[in-house]
Amino acid sequence: MEWDWNFVWQIMPTLIQGVKITILATLLGSVLAAVVGLGIALARRSPNKALSRIVGWAAEFIRGTPLLVQLYFIFYVLPDIGILLPPLVAGVIGLGLHYGTYTAEVYRAGIDNVPRGQWEAAKACNLSARQTWTHIIIPQAIPPMIPALANYFIAMFKETPLLSAITVLELMNQAKSVANTYYRYIEPITLVGAFFLAISLCSVVLLRWLERRYGKIER
Amino acid sequence: MTQWSGYLGLILQGALVTIELTLMGSVLALIMAFLAGMGRLSRFFVLRALATAYIEFFRGTSIFVQLFFAYFVLPLIGLELTPLQAGVLALGLNVGAYAAEVVRGAVQSIGREQHEACIALNLGRWQGLRHVILPQAFLVMLPTFGNNAIELLKATSVVSLISLADLTFQAQVVRAQTGNTMVPFATILVIYFVLALLISWGVRSLERRMARGLDGVRV
Repeated sequence: MEWDWNFVWQIMPTLIQGVKITILATLLGSVLAAVVGLGIALARRSPNKALSRIVGWAAEFIRGTPLLVQLYFIFYVLPDIGILLPPLVAGVIGLGLHYGTYTAEVYRAGIDNVPRGQWEAAKACNLSARQTWTHIIIPQAIPPMIPALANYFIAMFKETPLLSAITVLELMNQAKSVANTYYRYIEPITLVGAFFLAISLCSVVLLRWLERRYGKIER
Repeated sequence: MTQWSGYLGLILQGALVTIELTLMGSVLALIMAFLAGMGRLSRFFVLRALATAYIEFFRGTSIFVQLFFAYFVLPLIGLELTPLQAGVLALGLNVGAYAAEVVRGAVQSIGREQHEACIALNLGRWQGLRHVILPQAFLVMLPTFGNNAIELLKATSVVSLISLADLTFQAQVVRAQTGNTMVPFATILVIYFVLALLISWGVRSLERRMARGLDGVRV
């Protein structure tokens, strides 16, 4: 079978549609993961032992099981208990929850890396717990985390093809449907790979820049 | 009431396939990791370029796309693979690329004085690597290798989409036959989690075993 450029141009608009959904899912998933991760990280630091233990175990469980199965679970099991989600929403929730458990570790490390002297100084200045967090800890903890967070968002981007298994019409699913219609696999699948490689390589450049800009930990 | 024992047998069969895939994929990943990792540290430009290209390509595109490429596109250029072979190939090469960076990082983390000591003892490049550098570097690699193996285990769920009868596939079969979604998916989630725990436990005990006799040395 030969590579056919005409066919490539013919299927390109369909694939671009898919790329849009892929990027949309990644962005929404990243936002959710950032929020969920912060929630988990804060819950694990909570003085309430039961809460921190339960959240810790749940996060461990989610991290130890495949995203694909979690997506199936959200998409097929939740309707049984009356929660019917559109595919894209189910996919974004799955991505967000799964990667939230990873970003939680990033937040934890970031918060732990703020030197103890800062906490003590905040106390010495008579700042309340809320003021300590918003004015002292978070502003120092966030910048070093940014490259690590971005790393996970890129990883998430590469997991989005899994959403095709729960019928989200993203890049991979568009490619598969094109391939099944014309019965040509070389071009669509190769193009999907090329799209991913191109976007990943661009994001690596962005990541390097983020690392240079924020990654330095002052000692 | 459905006959769950028969279905449980089906799911356990799937678990065997998943374990088999994980083991074979890990072996391939380990081989590729050392080849590419040492390749990146090579004196020869060609080897470095080859290793970098391999690592960037497999880390930059999604495992899902690679698997589809191996299963649907390779036959078209005359390389016929069974689903199992395609799965092992894609998983091994993908995770191997991630692990290669771990190998490189670990070897580079061994201090200069160790290299200088090798030269002082008149060890050849290979001897120094084999008897001095790698035994120490391997201990640094182990924990991350454990994480990589768990990633590989989770990635095996994707092979269900190229019709290989692993855990996820069997859960879908059970779901189709019984109409019950909750039970099979909850079961396989637990099985995946137990397998992941087994891997991390195994790696931790291996680490203790390997660290013996290295007390007082760095690490």
